[in-house]
Amino acid sequence: MSFKNKKTVLTMPKYKSRRDFINKNFGFFFILPWWIGFGIFKLYPFIASLMYSFHDYNLFRTATYVGFQNYISILEDKLTMKAFYQTFKYAFITVPLELTFALFIAYILNFKIKGVNFFRTAYYIPSILGGSVSIAVLWRFLFKTEGLINMIATKFGFEAFNWLGDPNGAFFVIVLLRIWQFGSPMVIFLAALKGVSADVYEAAAIDGAGKWRQFISITVPLITPVIFYNFVTQLCHKFQEFNGPFIITRGGPLRSTTLVSLLVYNNAFKNYEMGMASAIAWLLFLIIMTFTIIAFVSQKYWVYYSDEDGR
Amino acid sequence: MTKKTRNNINTFLRYFILIAVGIVMVYPLIWMVGASFKTNSEIFSSVGFIPMAPTFDGYKRGFQGYEGMTLLHFMGNTYKFVIPKVIVTVISAVITAYGFARFEFLGKKFSFAVLLSTLFLPQVVLNVPQYILFNQIGWLDSYLPIVMPSLLAGDTYFVYMLIQFLRGIPRELEEAAKIDGCNVMQTLWYVIVPMLKPSIVSCALFQFMWASNDFMGPLIYVNTVAKYPVSIFLRMSMDSDVGFEWNRVLAMSLIAIIPSLVVFFAAQNSFVDGIAAGGVKG
Repeated sequence: MSFKNKKTVLTMPKYKSRRDFINKNFGFFFILPWWIGFGIFKLYPFIASLMYSFHDYNLFRTATYVGFQNYISILEDKLTMKAFYQTFKYAFITVPLELTFALFIAYILNFKIKGVNFFRTAYYIPSILGGSVSIAVLWRFLFKTEGLINMIATKFGFEAFNWLGDPNGAFFVIVLLRIWQFGSPMVIFLAALKGVSADVYEAAAIDGAGKWRQFISITVPLITPVIFYNFVTQLCHKFQEFNGPFIITRGGPLRSTTLVSLLVYNNAFKNYEMGMASAIAWLLFLIIMTFTIIAFVSQKYWVYYSDEDGR
Repeated sequence: MTKKTRNNINTFLRYFILIAVGIVMVYPLIWMVGASFKTNSEIFSSVGFIPMAPTFDGYKRGFQGYEGMTLLHFMGNTYKFVIPKVIVTVISAVITAYGFARFEFLGKKFSFAVLLSTLFLPQVVLNVPQYILFNQIGWLDSYLPIVMPSLLAGDTYFVYMLIQFLRGIPRELEEAAKIDGCNVMQTLWYVIVPMLKPSIVSCALFQFMWASNDFMGPLIYVNTVAKYPVSIFLRMSMDSDVGFEWNRVLAMSLIAIIPSLVVFFAAQNSFVDGIAAGGVKG
């Protein structure tokens, strides 16, 4: 098609009348409510929080523009930086452990196991209940000095450890809470593993590859899209972790579990320092964005899509 | 070692790992059930879950609640926003997904790109302005801030999930319905909704779980004790009972998750199918 032809196609009147225009775009009305909701509850807050972050804005006083002062304060404040550091540590310890574990268990479940459904259900229950306060209460009971974990540990001759009173112990407790909820990535992995056809394995077995070799060289590469999906979504969630540290460890001890979302909460809804809270939130947002973009850009180097059109 | 014995060892190892992990996963919950029937002195003295002197004390005192409001009052509060939220989520998500999956219109690509980007938009960056907004329109201390965004298809995840499902459904039936004189709304109601039912059910189930577990929303927006959902009430009792009423706190926690457990066991296959489909197709 020559350039000239293309141009005539473009300049042809697309719609015969206003009625025709409405008829042809009728579907827009179905998504109109979503656009309105997006504008009010997502776009406006998104921009507003960026604006707030450049203001000294206490809810009960008028806001004054302070430029980058909030951001500078964040970078200069050791405790705030510690929260960012702990959040990094939390996300990058929890996500790989959780996903490795989920993949490992899904791999075992994918063999001809009797009672797959039973195991799948048992492993999935913690994911369903894990976010609830009830489970947080339970975890406080488990990890109290006189709690169940220590009772079992002392039976095996270990000394009772004050989990929630020790900075590393408390951090470990909230990490463990999320690893305990490996159920949902596991279910996704399991579905992906079922999708890998048996032929590839047979071919590999003929070539003399053992089970472990098959797993590393065939299974893992074939399900990289799913690993990628799980990694990105879990990382987004873990960077915003709130319930575990807020309810179980209450940010302590020595602020070891004061993650960034707790900091936002404390600034915004305890001190009503909306400007500062927005600046912290935006910094966290930029970090999450950066990692999401890195993940998306890097995917072409390690994610294998069988259909090249990328669905 | 023959191939057969090696296979047997492998099989044994697999079951061993699965069962061991299963016990670690589920034992805390079983222990919780048992401990809620234990006396306070027994809870922290035995590893087993079977109470030696079973007592309903924890439950009796747990149900008393707080200042004349029973535990059921607070559970009722939870479902006062969970159920409307589930209903409006399903309706708005189906309508939006229908628009995206079955119609062409100006700016559809752009709209879809925006929809996808909101999947990755962290809630933490929206909380402060949303709070100020809801404060200005006088919605604080009500459940409206929790329900209203869902009415306008705010839960993009479900919209996206339904679009994916709809794309997998052939259009022939809809075309037939159109020939038979159905308008678009009739097609949606009589053709699309019945076919989408399994996915609608799993959306509803997930939203039910997430909304009942939601802690931060009510924590920020609801500040009258009488309106507290059970999650906030539990946290409050946990803080005030620093003392010794352990079986009471455990009993209350357990009662609070019973509805979720019942729903989960009644519909576990929908859950697993829903999550697998949403994830793999994503």
